[in-house]
Amino acid sequence: MNPITTRRGLAAGTVLLLAALTGCAEETPAAAPGDDTGPVTVKASDDGCDLSRRDVKSGTSTFSVSNGGSKVTEFYVYAEGDRVMGEVENIGPGLKRDLIVELPTGKYQAVCKPGMVGDGIRGDLTVTGEAAAQVDTDTALKDATVSYQRYVNSQAIALEEKTTEFVAAVKAGDVAKSKALFPVSRTYWERIEPVAESFGDLDPKIDARVNDVEPGTEWTGYHRIEQALWEKNSTAGMTKYADQLLVDVKTVVAKAKTVQLNPLQLANGAKELLDEVATGKITGEEDRYSHTDLWDFQANVEGSQAAIQALRPALQQRDAALVTTLDTNFKAVFAAVDKYRVGDGFKPYRPTEAERRELGNVVDALAEPVSKVAGVIAKK
Amino acid sequence: MSEPKKGISRRGLFGAAGAAVATGVAGYAAHSVLSSEESQAADTSGPVEFHGQHQAGIVTPAQDRLHFATFDVTTDKRDQVIALLKEWTAAAALMTAGRDIGQYGAVNGPAEAPPEDTGEAVGLPPARLTLTIGFGPSFFQDAKGNDRFGLKARRPAALVDLPHFIGDNLDPARSGGDIAVQACSDDPQVAVHAIRNLARIGFGTTAVRYSQLGFGRTSSTSRAQTTPRNLFGFKDGTNNLKLEDTAKLEQQLWVQPEDGPDWMVGGSYLVARRIRMTIETWDRTSLSEQELIVGRGKGTGAPLGKSEEFDPIDFEAKGADGELKIAKDAHIRLAHPQFNNGAELLRRGYNFVDGSDGLGRLDAGLFFLAYQRDPRKQFIPIQRQLARSDVMNEYIRHVGSGIFACPGGVPAGSFWGEKLFG
Repeated sequence: MNPITTRRGLAAGTVLLLAALTGCAEETPAAAPGDDTGPVTVKASDDGCDLSRRDVKSGTSTFSVSNGGSKVTEFYVYAEGDRVMGEVENIGPGLKRDLIVELPTGKYQAVCKPGMVGDGIRGDLTVTGEAAAQVDTDTALKDATVSYQRYVNSQAIALEEKTTEFVAAVKAGDVAKSKALFPVSRTYWERIEPVAESFGDLDPKIDARVNDVEPGTEWTGYHRIEQALWEKNSTAGMTKYADQLLVDVKTVVAKAKTVQLNPLQLANGAKELLDEVATGKITGEEDRYSHTDLWDFQANVEGSQAAIQALRPALQQRDAALVTTLDTNFKAVFAAVDKYRVGDGFKPYRPTEAERRELGNVVDALAEPVSKVAGVIAKK
Repeated sequence: MSEPKKGISRRGLFGAAGAAVATGVAGYAAHSVLSSEESQAADTSGPVEFHGQHQAGIVTPAQDRLHFATFDVTTDKRDQVIALLKEWTAAAALMTAGRDIGQYGAVNGPAEAPPEDTGEAVGLPPARLTLTIGFGPSFFQDAKGNDRFGLKARRPAALVDLPHFIGDNLDPARSGGDIAVQACSDDPQVAVHAIRNLARIGFGTTAVRYSQLGFGRTSSTSRAQTTPRNLFGFKDGTNNLKLEDTAKLEQQLWVQPEDGPDWMVGGSYLVARRIRMTIETWDRTSLSEQELIVGRGKGTGAPLGKSEEFDPIDFEAKGADGELKIAKDAHIRLAHPQFNNGAELLRRGYNFVDGSDGLGRLDAGLFFLAYQRDPRKQFIPIQRQLARSDVMNEYIRHVGSGIFACPGGVPAGSFWGEKLFG
């Protein structure tokens, strides 16, 4: 299949990327140093994803993405198996953002996701240049952690941005807008939940359900606000929880940006995300007031896939059959959850027993091979 | 033993094959003289003495099977409750001795009447059946605080309502109960027979609130027993309180005269928790992660860093990487007396699998039963710490709960709860 190839270290590319993401989105993009081909412009809209060209030279490429549509969009460059090579999250209508990414020779897909859900609008992207040298598995594993940390970083940034919007809506007393933003801001949280959970007491402050709190401790976070929004249809009294949520999310984001992970942690994180789906999402207990569980469900699976696909080149060398199974079973889960899609979101999650069971079956079918990844990558 | 046996011996009846045995006294006299609790552990068929200073079924070497039930009292008449407790006690004494209940037992009564004993234990040995009773907070006062049977003032201070612990997801239908009866036996049918017959006797006075089967013990309560495994596949209860720890039992298990109330002296407090294990996600967890969560090796049961199950735990030991061998949030650290002001529990929980959950997963877990001298100093602080920090919480969920005051033993001629009502 696809031998793992690279010309320059991914780490170097990562530094450039982080600089771009944290910089101002309105700036006119400058061509990256050493890039003689100029940026690819991407015109994203609610139903289109037009690239100025679909052939780029291997090395560092810049994609200048402008959103001319009415929905928030995301832009990804995927390698085989939807391995994320680079992405920009949370591009609001009228905004422009740059993705600077290191792409070795090979075939890719450029994908816009208007409304942030589903498979997105996909097109081929070909990277040509001198044939890249094959790297050994250890290098591939090291690259995987760099790649996944970049993913965590971009999710964390989007989490802070969207939570800021959510908190502003809550404080403004805009119930409708708050309800709309609740599942969206949680998407970024759920994608990187195992990382966020590793920061001890921040997870309960941000994400505790009512029964996760012991007497004498105040219940705070997303679900506290969720209860007010859906049970009381009100934001009354929520200002202090909204403020606290943003403080806590900012703390998580700051930590997530500096987190150092090893390949085993990626594999275990991917497994834990599916545990979350199996025990908390399928049962409907996560978002018990809003019934927006399917947003979290999808985000957990996306986060799991991001970690697994970062490991893909190494896995491919060690156990190609497992990679095939993972691809098939990830697709099956996304297909199952797609049945519940309405517009840019999901139907409220009130499944029949048969529906709940179907979701459970596809998640179990995926979680089992995902749990084998750690053993494969630890193999010497 | 101390009083003449009544009722019909199940094996005697079986052997007599239909002969009219009015008072089957034969049968078990020889077997029933067991010199110590240890010898009972070896003999899985004989009887365990029902009467004594303490109730049986607490330090009795843990039997292999459980049928636990709690009952709601459906009458408001104190005399009716006392009458039931007397009838239950008589039946319990017979069943634990391996006898049918009633005058005629299962098959020797009038053909026109339903049999007194339901009959499914006919031919089975006593199988070390023990029946242990406890009274829940709601037995003393109802939800509004009203005195139900003139016992409100006798409610022990230690019989507190359990607080909400982090992550509790309790099903009211599997929690609480006015009276609990724990039936343990080495034969599952003998345990079920006991609860079934008590429930039947109770109709009109009590109704079963919930019942729970346990198919395998998860603790040993004697050094003569090997340590069994729970459904995580780990040895459970290695450092449990054991019946041989007599001094410690006085300190940790039995209510002492200075604790009060009088009717609880020699008794113990039972906390029951139905703990669902998400075994499917657990099974996808790496061996090293499982061992880190528990703090013990899965094969030997030895504390991490040691080689044998009963080696003393070294909580300070660090590996080559500088990390604690037994992590800060490992289960055995958080549950250990050293980190709980010396508090210990006598655990005698059971594995359960109650079919499946409708999602293609087993409804499996641990029915946790723990006896102690004072839950305010033992179960509650220990569980509070576990609920906050135990990494194992990712794989378990407490879905049922109960607390019960189990009085001291029943002297011959007395009945369950006599001192409470006295």
